[in-house]
Amino acid sequence: MSSVPLSDSENHALEQRVGQYLKKPRRNLSLIRIRESFFFFLLIGCGLFSLLVTVSIVFVLFSETLEFFSADEVTLSNFIGSARWNPLLGETKSFGIWGLISGTLLVTGIAMSLALPLGLITAIYLSEYAPRKVRDVLKPILEILAGIPTVVYGFFALMTITPFLQWLHDGFSVYNAMSAGIAVGILCFPTVCSLAEDALRAVPQALRDGAFGLGGTKFDATIKVIVPAALSGIVSAFLLAIARAIGETMIVALAAGSRPQATIDPREQIQTMTGFMVQMSGGDVSNFGTEYYSMYAVAFTLFLITLTLTMIGNLVRRKFRESYE
Amino acid sequence: MSDSASNDTLTSQESPSPAERATLVGGRRRMSTDRWFQRLCIATAAASVMVLVFLLASILVEGIPALTSTLVLGTPEPNPDEAGMWPAITGTLWVCSLCALISLPLGIGTAVLLEEFKPRSKFALRAYQLIQLNISNLAGVPSVVYGILGLTAFVSMFSLFDQVREPGAAAYEIGATYYDQFSNLASDPFLSMGSEEVAERYFFVPVNARTDAPTIPKPGMQALEYVDNVLVPVEVTVTDPFDAPAEPEALSYAIDINAVPGRISEKNWYYFRLPFGRGVLAGALTLMLVILPVVIISAQEALRAVPSSLRDGALGIGATPWQVVWNVTLPASIPGIMTGSILAMSRAIGETAPILIIAGIVYIRNSPHHLMDSYTVMPLQIYNWTSRPQEEFHQIAAGGIILLLAILMTFNAVAVLIRHRMHKQQV
Repeated sequence: MSSVPLSDSENHALEQRVGQYLKKPRRNLSLIRIRESFFFFLLIGCGLFSLLVTVSIVFVLFSETLEFFSADEVTLSNFIGSARWNPLLGETKSFGIWGLISGTLLVTGIAMSLALPLGLITAIYLSEYAPRKVRDVLKPILEILAGIPTVVYGFFALMTITPFLQWLHDGFSVYNAMSAGIAVGILCFPTVCSLAEDALRAVPQALRDGAFGLGGTKFDATIKVIVPAALSGIVSAFLLAIARAIGETMIVALAAGSRPQATIDPREQIQTMTGFMVQMSGGDVSNFGTEYYSMYAVAFTLFLITLTLTMIGNLVRRKFRESYE
Repeated sequence: MSDSASNDTLTSQESPSPAERATLVGGRRRMSTDRWFQRLCIATAAASVMVLVFLLASILVEGIPALTSTLVLGTPEPNPDEAGMWPAITGTLWVCSLCALISLPLGIGTAVLLEEFKPRSKFALRAYQLIQLNISNLAGVPSVVYGILGLTAFVSMFSLFDQVREPGAAAYEIGATYYDQFSNLASDPFLSMGSEEVAERYFFVPVNARTDAPTIPKPGMQALEYVDNVLVPVEVTVTDPFDAPAEPEALSYAIDINAVPGRISEKNWYYFRLPFGRGVLAGALTLMLVILPVVIISAQEALRAVPSSLRDGALGIGATPWQVVWNVTLPASIPGIMTGSILAMSRAIGETAPILIIAGIVYIRNSPHHLMDSYTVMPLQIYNWTSRPQEEFHQIAAGGIILLLAILMTFNAVAVLIRHRMHKQQV
């Protein structure tokens, strides 16, 4: 087959076409590089946003709390040294945070004396004793309990628990700490239960087998081996539940009442830190008075308490975890 | 034979040492302790089931009679028989879908950063640890504190725009048209119309800004009127009430020359203002802060569940890190991410405290129409009804709770279904 010599123009066109393919980069690398770094920086922006949230919480609470303390009628010694919280009455104003903290502690105490032992026992049952079928029923029920909005628990406390308590004993007022405490306890129960169960299940099977091999009953194995081995996880679950109970708002706003007082009588109405914040935002208080800024001081106190508990909880879980590798 | 042999060994130890006897005696006690503890466990677990049954039953008994179409489609009237929660349902829809639009990309993005772009330097490692610690701490912050943050950061925007301290005033806004509203002479209560019936009419005169001085009625003034919900120009006569025209047709188009108008505003769907005020956007952003840690943590878990062989394979055939994320890791972890996101959204739907802090208890009769519109949400409406003393309101609150729980159960059921299907595929 004799090759026909190409004309100059044809030759030129062919060279150009081949050259095009040779010169053309298979992919535009710089574009890819730009895209890569664009998305990377976008993701970094997302990550930094969560830091920004924390920074702005601290900034907002701190600056508005400073505003609160700069008012003439407020002194730091009154704030941290008094149990009389009386921000609204003109002449006898007093900003003693212990009046609110005591209410929070009372409700939290009642809630935790219910939720912690019962939650731990149920967690032990689920992880060590329960047959598979019982687990399959109980776990979804706990998940449902955990998913119910807190305002529903508030309704339950006010409409069901309080009348029941009043039926048991005449001394309970319509709003009382006991009712709110029981409801908060029910709310925290699934949290304690599922976190503690996770900790118990993370204990390796070999430890159980060892305990059984030494002749221990399930109870012996649980109390003497498994619970101590999972103790860091259980303690952290307890701390997180306490933090949750302290920050709980809607139940105490509905059922605990609105009179701040330092009492240990669970039949009395009290006010918690969160309850006070709800009262301030729901009421018709002007947006610039000292009582308005007192809301930020209370929020700052609440934030510090829960942050400390959460941090200790996370620390305990990470530092004191027994590892069996 | 072996049985008898072991019997022999047992019988041969006829006199065990005191220590051995102690354990044997204790053995029976330990067995009974174990049995008692098991009974205690079963009793506790049964009690938790009882609590749930009791809770649901008490709400159902009270709420079922209140579950009517009025409750779903009505507006929150002062009379409990006519009250409904339609504005609250649409408000929940607005706030939560907006919240999902903002928080899901942000949360999943953070999770992708933490899980897929592992740090290469010591400084980056520290930064990652800080972000991770920060997220677990944010998850423990009470939602009411986020409400306080939202109140300052979104509702009043750190008071940066506080030149105007009137409530509802905006320093900067687009999408709003202001009108001065005049009523015709027929609605003047001091002017006798005789026996003639004159229809009430309202006329609107556009003004440039909210702060303009009120329009003074002048003869020959241009005015607009609503005809079938559309503003059309009409001719009005401006007269002194004492020389008002006698015939009703002319009277219905007459405006008092001394009339003082009311300032109203017409807001478009794209109405936007700074600061956000107590509007839908502020509520959605605040809820976003509440559920962001939940979204991040669940998305991280979903991404961690993707086998690393998939990533290695994609990297091996020359994919860039973002291509791995976009084409391999994200599609593989979508079911897990969706489960977590749905659960986070059901938390947002039920969240009351932050919304209560930023929106307050207000009386809302209309569904929101734009991002800055005032709103109420279902749990807030339930709280509002529960906190009233009258028994009838408690019943409709229980009805509202049934609606809310039905929505949440649907969400949870979808999440469980997705999780179930995912497990099946993996097996």
